[in-house]
Amino acid sequence: MKVKLKVWRQRNADTPGRFVVYDTPELNPNMSFLEMLDVVNEQLTLQGEEPIAFDHDCREGICGTCSLVINGKPHGPQRGVATCQTYLRSFRDGDEILVEPFRARPFPLVKDLVVGRQAFDRIMTAGGFISVRTGSAPDAHAIPVPKEAAERAMDAAACIGCGACVAVCKNASAMLFVSAKVSQFGLLPQGQPERYRRVAAMVEQMDREGFGACTVTGSCEAVCPKRISLDFIARMNRDYGVALLRGA
Amino acid sequence: MKLLARLFRSTLGQKYLMAGSGGVLVLFVVGHLVGNLQFFLPPAALNRYGHLLQSNVEVLWLVRLTLLAVVLLHIVMAIRLWASNRAARPVAYASSATSYGASLSSRTMLVSGLVVVAFLGYHLLHFTVRVESINGTPVAFHQLREPGTGYYDVFAMVVAGFQVWPVALFYGVGVGLLSFHLTHGVAALFQSLGGRNPVYAPVIRKAAHGLAAFLLLGYLSIPTAVLFGRGNDYLKHVVEHNARRLAQAPPGEEVAR
Repeated sequence: MKVKLKVWRQRNADTPGRFVVYDTPELNPNMSFLEMLDVVNEQLTLQGEEPIAFDHDCREGICGTCSLVINGKPHGPQRGVATCQTYLRSFRDGDEILVEPFRARPFPLVKDLVVGRQAFDRIMTAGGFISVRTGSAPDAHAIPVPKEAAERAMDAAACIGCGACVAVCKNASAMLFVSAKVSQFGLLPQGQPERYRRVAAMVEQMDREGFGACTVTGSCEAVCPKRISLDFIARMNRDYGVALLRGA
Repeated sequence: MKLLARLFRSTLGQKYLMAGSGGVLVLFVVGHLVGNLQFFLPPAALNRYGHLLQSNVEVLWLVRLTLLAVVLLHIVMAIRLWASNRAARPVAYASSATSYGASLSSRTMLVSGLVVVAFLGYHLLHFTVRVESINGTPVAFHQLREPGTGYYDVFAMVVAGFQVWPVALFYGVGVGLLSFHLTHGVAALFQSLGGRNPVYAPVIRKAAHGLAAFLLLGYLSIPTAVLFGRGNDYLKHVVEHNARRLAQAPPGEEVAR
């Protein structure tokens, strides 16, 4: 199969960008979207052109590095997968595919399809951790964790921090990411001592970065490659309210 | 004071204020409907209810000013959030916006809200301030008095108001958009205030739709009943009674009312 790619090209943040159309060579339908970009880049390199810059790392859906808005949807047409797990068989032969970078003020464009997502790192630095003595591993059952809490914390921790929630949200809000990261600690006994200080610090860092607010449209949940639930946002809202009242 | 500053500045705090003020307004529209459904009882019931609400001026203005403050808070927060949300995405996508799981009502809250505000302005001028030039009927709203008690005749005013079909139609649009706004608003209120979890989520969504349907049908029932002729004879009786009353009254009494 072959497709026509309409890709956002931009040398750097200071130069204006534009869409460029590329006709791909013959492709295997079982290639991932990123492998297809590799093939296109090889061809561009052979032609002496600048290859398309895009983010990628593990290519197995667990690192959260790949991004891209494909035909208007972050991570492409399938649900519950990242761009690296989006395969060309999801498209038809001869399709024109529009590829754009994530668009949000806190995600400044670096080059072509690469955006800086350090805003997420700064939110994590503000409170996304548990201050504990790091030594030898504790005994497995030294701290009892209810099964439900363990499972819900795991659901929250499944967030890979890719930023698709921000990319799709009409307000470029990072609530789904922040709420997942607040909850993965807040649901566990080890996270309790810093629970309210953490939520206040992370929410306030999120605001400083310039992300929008939540209108509860639910599109973040719909495009999340890890299907993080909106319920975590409600949980964060609850915790932040308590943090305000406690003056945390 | 630090608490207030954080409440007004943080995105979550602004959402609490949005949800809290919205919740108060939802309680008001439900109460307003339940009170107004007395329209389907004999006219004396609605007139007595109107008199009850209007007669204690101190309580009346306390409630009015509180509601005004809540409406203003809701609007100011909506506009501030809208501005910061827009600022968060300075470069738009080239692909046409698609909803991905987002309902139409959730993506049009500002528009539906602003139309409801415009409707609210008309509604207050129409039935509360009673600006005669916008009611589209020769019946002078100010002069309607219930025969017997002398209370202001709310029932006759409602009948006269809704007999003008363009006015009734505008009311239909207003309450239609209000209900549409609330299908999302009531559900989002629970989310913003943290009162949602996997067990409650489907119940809240259904309850929000149920409440919106109740408000829509309830509010539409009144103008519909009027257009089907309810209260027409009563209105004629009240207008004749008032004409006689005003003819007998010494000059100046109506002005001094």
